[in-house]
Order: sequence, then C-alpha cells, then structure tokens
Amino acid sequence: MAGTQENTVRARAVRKRFPMGEGYLEALKGIDLEIKRGEYISIMGPSGSGKTTLFNMIGGLDKPSDGTVYIDEVDIAQLDAYELAWLRCRKIGYIFQTFNLIPVMTALENVTLPMIFAGLSNDEAISKGRGLLDTVGLGERWQHKPTELSGGQQQRVAIARSFANDPSIILADEPTANLDLKTGHDIIELLRKLNKEMGVTIISNTHDPSMLNVSDRIIWIRDGRVDRIEARSDIDINVGTIGGDVLGGVGSADSHGGAAGKHAMDRLTGEATNTGE
Amino acid sequence: MDEQITHEEAIRRLRTDMKTSSVATPFATALKIAFQSLRIRFWRSIITIAGIFFAIAFLVSVLNSAVVELAVNPDEGSQVSGTGIRFILTLLAAEPRQAWLVTMSLIVCVIGIANAMLMSVTERYKEIGTMKCLGALDIFVIELFLLESGFQGLVGSFTGALIGAALVLVSALVKHGFAVMGILPWSQMVINILLATVIGLLLTLLGASFPAYRASQMPPADAMRTEV
Repeated sequence: MAGTQENTVRARAVRKRFPMGEGYLEALKGIDLEIKRGEYISIMGPSGSGKTTLFNMIGGLDKPSDGTVYIDEVDIAQLDAYELAWLRCRKIGYIFQTFNLIPVMTALENVTLPMIFAGLSNDEAISKGRGLLDTVGLGERWQHKPTELSGGQQQRVAIARSFANDPSIILADEPTANLDLKTGHDIIELLRKLNKEMGVTIISNTHDPSMLNVSDRIIWIRDGRVDRIEARSDIDINVGTIGGDVLGGVGSADSHGGAAGKHAMDRLTGEATNTGE
Repeated sequence: MDEQITHEEAIRRLRTDMKTSSVATPFATALKIAFQSLRIRFWRSIITIAGIFFAIAFLVSVLNSAVVELAVNPDEGSQVSGTGIRFILTLLAAEPRQAWLVTMSLIVCVIGIANAMLMSVTERYKEIGTMKCLGALDIFVIELFLLESGFQGLVGSFTGALIGAALVLVSALVKHGFAVMGILPWSQMVINILLATVIGLLLTLLGASFPAYRASQMPPADAMRTEV
C-alpha cells in the first residue's frame, strides 16, 4: 500500500439540513471521514440513517450545509457549475441502483457518452468503449438497447460507463439491490476486480452482506453519524457460497466468524427487520 | 497524515487540469438523442406536431385568403399592402376579428408545446440526472430539449403552412374558376408559407424554453432516486 496513502475523499464535520415543515431535518449531524486512494469502501446503515445523503455529498451531487467535503483535496463547495460538471465527468464514475442507462441509446453509445462529453473523438470513444464492454464481458452485445439486456447485463454496461473517463472514484449506489443474488455476486466480483486492477477507489452504498466480504473498510452510519468504521481484517464473515441465501450467511458467521463479524451480521439482520417495517 | 497538499494547491492543480481538458457540448450527440427520444414517443410527438400544424395552417389560410381576395378584387385593397411581415401586420390591423382568432390559436399552440415539453421533462428526470452525473453541462440539456421541440415545430409548421396554403388554393379555384391561377401573386403566397413556418418554429422554441431551462437546473442527485 506504499504510495497509496493519499486521501481521495475527506469529510470534515459535515452536516446537512433539509427544510421540513416549519423547521429542519438534520440528516447528517457531523460526519468525519477519510477515504484513501484505491480503497473499497462500503457504507452501511438502516434506511433513513443519512447514508444516501452522505453518499451524495461524497459524490459532489449535493453540498453540505456545514462542514467541508474534499475530493482530491479540493473543497467541492468552492466549485462552480462548470467545475462540478468537469469533476463528475472525469474524476467520478457513478453506478446506480436502477442502472440508469439512457434508454434510447445502445450499450456502446451509453458507454461512450461520457467520453464524448470529455471531448474524445468518435473513433477514440468507440474503440475505448468496445474495450470497456469487453472488460465487463459484454463485448458481443454492444449494439443492444438497454431494454434488450437483462438487469445484470445492464448493470455491467453501467459499470463500463462509469469507467469511461478513467475516474479516480467510483460511486456505486446499492449496485446489487435490483439484482438476484448470483448476478449481484458477479457484479461485486467485477467491481472488486476493477478496483484491484485499475487502483480506482470504490465507494458503495449497500445493504448487501456479500459486499462486506470484498470491502476494505465498512462505514456504519446511524442516525446521521458515523457509528463505527470496521476494517475487513477486524471482521471475518463468510456469507456463504454463490446462491446461498442471506440467512445461511448469518449461520456461517455464527459458526466460524469472529465476534466482530457476528456483530456485523446481527446489525444486518436487525436492519432487515427495521426496513421491513 | 492528511494535508499532504494544501487546499489552495489542490484547487490550483484542478483548475490547471481544466484548462487542458474541457467539457464538451457535443451537438451531433444532442441531435441523435433528441431524434431517438422523439421516435420512442412517436404518437405523442405526432399529437404535439398536430397542435402546431393546425395553428399554422389556420394562420396561412387567413393570410393567403387575403392575398387571393386582393388579387381578385384589387380595388378593395385599402390598408392592406406590402409583402411579408408588413403584409401580415397591415392585414391583422385591418381585420381585428381575424387577428384575434389567429392570436388565440397561436397562444393555445404555445401553451400546448409548453405542456408537452414539461411532461417530457418530468418523465425524464432520471435520464437528465444521469446525464448530469456523466458530466453533461446545463447548456447540453437545454440544447437537447430545444432540438427536440424545434424539430417538432419545424415539421408541424411547415406541413401546416403547406396544407393551409393548398386549401386556400382549392377554395379559390372553386370560387373563381381556373382563370384565377393567372392573376395570383405566387411569390407573395410562398413568402407567407415560409414566414408562417418561421413563426411556428419560433413559437415552439418559446414554449419549450421554460421546460428546457427547468430540466437544465435539475440537481443530478435526482438520478439516484428510485421512485418516479
């Protein structure tokens, strides 16, 4: 990890208030975070804990009411609209829960769109886009429209698109929530592979326990604050094999996971009942 | 361990990077997306186009009927004179009732366009947000919606103007016989067709300007929303 200790995202006392009725709802109550280059981070927390808000801040999609978010040591609140667009175009890649491919464009056109925004010529964009689709295993389906692709395939296209301009950060908002377990697992593997090979920082907002297994660190958000941050070395959870269900994962955490891992899984199941209400 | 570089240094570096690499507003891409969006909502676009079509057909039929009347009964032509814009203005001034009807139909047409485009924007919240996440500038989003409505405006106005003019011609033939063909000022009628097309296009862009602006101001975080 030598030479990779630079912070790529840093949050200092970040607060966010939303007007609600007469008063304000404070979604974030002072968050401090440091995310290093090349890390694979999972943000976890129950619904309404503020993790989406935090996620939007880190991604430069929203500005804090108080405190500062630095992306590559730049305070994003000081950037104007053009500079933010530049940042989103080149520094950050986004992966969405609902894939969000542009429905009227083919897989290849979706992948090349950010490159066109970045000013690449059509030929360069096409050859790079074909290469990225090959990387995610969809080289043959570049002419397909999103409606002609399965959920997992659409998410692969979205991943290829997020890598279009060689970003330093990938933000994934519950990337596996709309996928079945096996497909979700494939997507996580793919993200991990790209994280390792390209050294890109991946920050993912997730409910998916198999995501924990590949994360370098897990940031637990609760009630607008960082509840705790766990490194993977601290927890040793096994969420079962591909196709095994979540409860099986809890069982194996019980049997051969450490205390911290069990703790993590307890939270997860607790969360599941929370969100089920 | 943090503060390896100062914030001023970081922002200076970022701005240096920005000078060497820009964010483009690719016109050809905008054109392609706009056309595809129209194609995918074909029947709704046809309805929008029909609104413009009828308003402009009505405008042209009023204008060219007056041209025919003037050609057939030249003595009566009092205040109405000239060609192009001047002809339109003098005609509308001389015939307040016609002016009122034409204005109303055009206003209804602009409102219809604004409504259709607002619907199109609302329906594509996520798509617009996603594009902004990918680095689209506000101006690109505006371009997208103006191109889309501009195309509808152009097709609707031009076909409307042609059909309106054709109907006037048919009615002139029925009323005055074939001999009228010899005395009609053709150039003036063609000028009216072109002018009405331009008016239709401009009104469409006017109707679409607010929806397009609203789309461009959409926060990119809306792309993350799972509902809608």
